Amino acid sequence: MSERRGFYSLWLREIKRFIRDRTRLVTSFVQPILWLIIFAAAFATRFVGSLPADLNFRQFLLPGIIGQTILFTAMFMGINVIWDKEFGFMKEILVSPVSRLTIFLGKMVGDSTDAFLQGIIVFVIGLAIGIPLNPITLLYALPILMLISFGLVSIGLTIASFMSNLEGFGAIQTFVNLPLFFLSGALFPLKGGGLPTWLTDVAAWNPLTYGVDALRHVMLGNSWAPLQVQSLWVDLGVVALFDGIMVVVGTWAFTRMK
Amino acid sequence: MSHIIETRQLTKVYGSLKAVDKVDVTVESGEIFGLLGPNGAGKTTIISMLCTILKPTLGTATVNGYDIVKEANKVRKSIGIVFQDPSIDDRLTGRENLYMHANLYGVPASEQKERVDRILKLVELEDRADDLLRTYSGGMRRRLELGRGLIHYPKVLFLDEPTVGLDPQTRDHIWKYIRELKQAHDITVVLTTHYMDEADRLSDRIAIMDYGKIVILDSPSKLKETLEGDVVVIRANNIEGLSELVTERLGFNQKQIVDGALEVTVRNGKAVMPRIMELATQNNIYVESVLLREPNLEDVFLHYTGRNIREDTTRELHGAAAARRRAIR
Repeated sequence: MSERRGFYSLWLREIKRFIRDRTRLVTSFVQPILWLIIFAAAFATRFVGSLPADLNFRQFLLPGIIGQTILFTAMFMGINVIWDKEFGFMKEILVSPVSRLTIFLGKMVGDSTDAFLQGIIVFVIGLAIGIPLNPITLLYALPILMLISFGLVSIGLTIASFMSNLEGFGAIQTFVNLPLFFLSGALFPLKGGGLPTWLTDVAAWNPLTYGVDALRHVMLGNSWAPLQVQSLWVDLGVVALFDGIMVVVGTWAFTRMK
Repeated sequence: MSHIIETRQLTKVYGSLKAVDKVDVTVESGEIFGLLGPNGAGKTTIISMLCTILKPTLGTATVNGYDIVKEANKVRKSIGIVFQDPSIDDRLTGRENLYMHANLYGVPASEQKERVDRILKLVELEDRADDLLRTYSGGMRRRLELGRGLIHYPKVLFLDEPTVGLDPQTRDHIWKYIRELKQAHDITVVLTTHYMDEADRLSDRIAIMDYGKIVILDSPSKLKETLEGDVVVIRANNIEGLSELVTERLGFNQKQIVDGALEVTVRNGKAVMPRIMELATQNNIYVESVLLREPNLEDVFLHYTGRNIREDTTRELHGAAAARRRAIR
């Protein structure tokens, strides 16, 4: 009973903080627009021929940018844990009678909800700037957005639980965010583009690869089949397995946090 | 139960440093118990062990009848903690911080509103309850933290340096709240402080700590009585010289120089004053002023540790004690 209430209050806190952070909300609108308008305009012609005839580059790019937004938001959530440690609020949570599993899950699901909302914002922006897209596919995309968020947020929280100050967190951008992003097929198709095998081999170990692939399955429908990395169900299985592992790792990391 | 806290040989060792050294102490139910000592004496370490944040190296303790190691979760439900450093979420409002705390400590939903409203009233923050914490002053934050520690009706409230860094007026205010909260909730309060006046004015009993040990434990008035005497405070042009003479010729060892004045603790101050004046005149030392006062806790501390607490506080910032404090943190 008290674990459930504890979970709820931790979840609610993350949502409130997210909604009140104006800067981040503005950023979450502007960044995808930059990618989907400027980047897409510059690179669309380079990809002619490597995409199926019935897909344009912006259609292809949108699921990738949704994945990227979730990834960056998830990692950014780790910063909150470090802030909480620096400003002492973490102590208030850690000395409470609530179990560490609940603390981790409350924060994780709360942050995932934030990342999930960001993903939806990007989807809607895609529609708003006129990317051909069936709005109904959002319904199929929702559970996938959530599934992707869980694992990625868990990475962010795990890393942050080991860090004691904000200085080190910039390195996460370089060593975790960008490699995961570039090696996920978010910006270019991994199949049929004549890519070096080392790149596709590494991408095969990247959980985000499967998350983005799953999104493309549901958002692009049959047009995506020729370039798919795996079938939708294999994608979902890999992401779910990754989530499970990361929840265990994250809970362990929170248990040893002082 | 009359012993709400009981420690047995409680010890915490960091490497070669004994932060807390075989402490045996009991706290009675319903009292305000003060742990007084310089920074680095081990006060926070003791509190952290009692709050189950740290595990003792040796020994054990019970809080509200529960073992701090084996029944940590029950201990956590029995206690409220106000940390030395702030621990509130400044992106939430005062009210939200209180509700969050109530949820973390399993306060039934049906009682939350009433309790939160009562606490807000008690710490006089009703009109600011829905403002974000970042707009609060230091004193207001402290008050909210004090109130928050009581939401789940703890048996013991731990206050670690509750007024450090606050201005004198706010400190007065906070002291008033601590007494009121204790009255209103009938709880036991354990507080650490390195402020003599704070310990003196708030505590029913005081344990003086130094280098991880409790040197003496008694009520503030008894502690002062044990010094059996008066303090003669002398200002003169050659204070060092006079200090030496007082020991050499008159045999008084209980003395210290505070802010340029010599303070000598003696049995019969009225009789001693003229003798010191005479001694000064004989040795061509010009006496500017002499006064007699009752001993305070600072004198008690000096008596039992041989050191001045304030001297130690400044020294620890750059000396060995600074390293000691860092090790503890």
